[in-house]
Amino acid sequence: MEAASITGKPLAATTPVAAVRAFLGRYGLIILLAAGPVYFAIHDLLQPSHSLVKLGNVLVAGISNGAIWALVAVGYTLVYGIIELINFAHGDLFMIGSFVGYGMFGTLGLTLTTGTLGLVGGLVVTLIVCMLVCASINVMIERVGYRPLRNAPKLAPLITAVGFSFILQNVGELWLGGSQHGVTDLIRGSTHVINLGGVTIDRQDILAVGLTVPLVLVMTTFISQSRLGKAMRATAQDPEAARLMGINVDTTISLTFLIGGLLAGAGGLIYALYQTNIWFFQGFRAGLIAFTAAVMGGIGNVRGAVLGGFIIGIIQQLSDNRIHEVLGKNFGSEWTNVVVFAYLILIMVFRPQGLIGEETREAG
Amino acid sequence: MAALTGMRDTLADFRRRRWSGLAIAAAVFAIAWFLPYLYGPLSSTLDTAIYAVAYIIFALGLNIVVGFAGLLDLGYVAFYAIGAYSIGWFGSDWFTEAINGGKSGIHVGVSGQAAHLLGIHLNFILIVIAAMILTSIAGAIIGLPTLRLRGDYIAIVTLAFGEIAGTVALNGDAIHIGKFTLTAGQTAISPVDQPNLFTQFDNALNLRPYYWLGLVMIAIVLVINFSLRDSRLGRAWIAIREDEVAAASMGVPLVRTKLLAYAMGAALGGSAGAFLGTYTQAINSTQFQFSFSIFVLAMIILGGLGSIWGTVVGAIALSVINQQLIPTTFHTAPHDLFGLNFTASEISFGIFGFLLVLMMIARPQGLVPERRRKLELTEGLASDESLYEVSA
Repeated sequence: MEAASITGKPLAATTPVAAVRAFLGRYGLIILLAAGPVYFAIHDLLQPSHSLVKLGNVLVAGISNGAIWALVAVGYTLVYGIIELINFAHGDLFMIGSFVGYGMFGTLGLTLTTGTLGLVGGLVVTLIVCMLVCASINVMIERVGYRPLRNAPKLAPLITAVGFSFILQNVGELWLGGSQHGVTDLIRGSTHVINLGGVTIDRQDILAVGLTVPLVLVMTTFISQSRLGKAMRATAQDPEAARLMGINVDTTISLTFLIGGLLAGAGGLIYALYQTNIWFFQGFRAGLIAFTAAVMGGIGNVRGAVLGGFIIGIIQQLSDNRIHEVLGKNFGSEWTNVVVFAYLILIMVFRPQGLIGEETREAG
Repeated sequence: MAALTGMRDTLADFRRRRWSGLAIAAAVFAIAWFLPYLYGPLSSTLDTAIYAVAYIIFALGLNIVVGFAGLLDLGYVAFYAIGAYSIGWFGSDWFTEAINGGKSGIHVGVSGQAAHLLGIHLNFILIVIAAMILTSIAGAIIGLPTLRLRGDYIAIVTLAFGEIAGTVALNGDAIHIGKFTLTAGQTAISPVDQPNLFTQFDNALNLRPYYWLGLVMIAIVLVINFSLRDSRLGRAWIAIREDEVAAASMGVPLVRTKLLAYAMGAALGGSAGAFLGTYTQAINSTQFQFSFSIFVLAMIILGGLGSIWGTVVGAIALSVINQQLIPTTFHTAPHDLFGLNFTASEISFGIFGFLLVLMMIARPQGLVPERRRKLELTEGLASDESLYEVSA
């Protein structure tokens, strides 16, 4: 990207080729992302039934899944924004969040027969515990594994991050064993709440979106309004200058990990309630997906990460449910990972700064 | 100036030591050659040694990409997969139906039992060459999108490729090419041919030929590594690793140099993958996981990034831990020592994670640091890698 930094803003396109390139550079990613839904929408409208219900249901599922990825992606994007580290352990922290949630259901004795009031109260307590546990683990990991390596080559903290990811995975494996583990469907997630001409919105969708949006709003307000949030942004922009201005960089970084951990814990609980199925390896995939979301939105940019989460959720659901219509019946949901990672590579190649991200020190 | 003079002295010292180093290497190699006679032909020590040998080749390959050229590759497992599938495709009855309607097979340079089987059966050396060609093409393809990126972004793109390779291996039975599928899906391609070089290899009777074959491969790979490092190309890699912009402005062709690093690192990984594939006798699609990439990366980091001997040491150490210490020697240690109700194998991931963290914090430069890095660390040359300093 060094050429871009020398010429600065792209010059006005003079030749047709340059014009096409400039156009693709600006809108290519958006076209690429819109291609899937648009294709299926046209496809469905041309069918005899002329109905978009199928697509609508996929979009609803995608948005609620995306809400979970958004919560995890924010943790990635905040940490990357401030210390330029891909926190590989973050996905596994999210897994721990699910596991803590599952454990708390048992501790509090929440079952399908628990009354509404008890259930809501129990879930709120569980949510708080999940968030606090994940936040403390995240802060601890930062203190032990990343802070001593502030001055080490960049590879070093990345490797400790992978190390912590392995440790957390192993904790999960010892905790609930190596196979998938069912979670009681406490909220009876697939109960229809709203029906919009065939497109149904279930309880689990409301839970996912209804919890994610306020959490993210509180967090963005905190970052943009509070003194500590301002310190975070200053540190992200230039740690050295921030320190000279009297900002305690270490505390600020700890705070970043704290916020990331809180959201990952919430995401973990929502995942457990939504999927009603948890296992120790869920965090690795979730981490990669959420990181893709963060990159898609523009790493370092919180709003971008949330947007990216929703987009990735929709892509995943489209791929899960309808990839066989495009590629043939041999291809099912097991190919979704390939689709997501192919998107990741395409974004990296054509728009490493993401949809709405500013250029980071690394990509610029 | 003092620093420069010091460096010149160290470099002269290095040249003097080179010959003694060669002598030591020859001696170590000779000892390693006769080592199997101390153990039975089917001993588990020999088994561990063969895995170690394979991992040394993997690690030396990755060291070219990460250690020399400084391109963090987290998708190295893709080359293991392609190398292993090379032997699955070209050394088994996988393509039985495709060749002459399943009436006869294609045989090149094979004798003994394999010469009468259906499907494609190539000589092991030809398979290794095929694996290297396939992986170096794949390496260049994986390298292409990363050319404009740096650091962590390269890591993510390569990781994504590695995951794609793993998923394709796992679900390759959905991809039909003519009459046959790309991989066997969830099941393994097994058995595959055992090499027939001077003697017919048979891992049910005698493991020693595999070990010696591996040693010969290591010797070749080591020669390749040393001559690459000291070549014009090797210096270009190190220049890119140290400062890409400076290297480009001094006339180092970035695209070609980086792609060559990817391709060569991948080719070595492919040869090791073919070796491990024939030794394990099963190309199992579930083994191509991210943890493999990290395992090999951990070896070169443990040894010291960019250091060839360090890579060898790191690969041996981690293979022994993985193949011998965790599953056998200390298998019951958690229970015996601490009364815990799990075995060491169950926490092998955690142990590795812990080792990675410990290593990075205690000795980030590795066990046998590369001389150039040591110079940088001790004499303060070009140590501006960190972004800022914060007192801990």
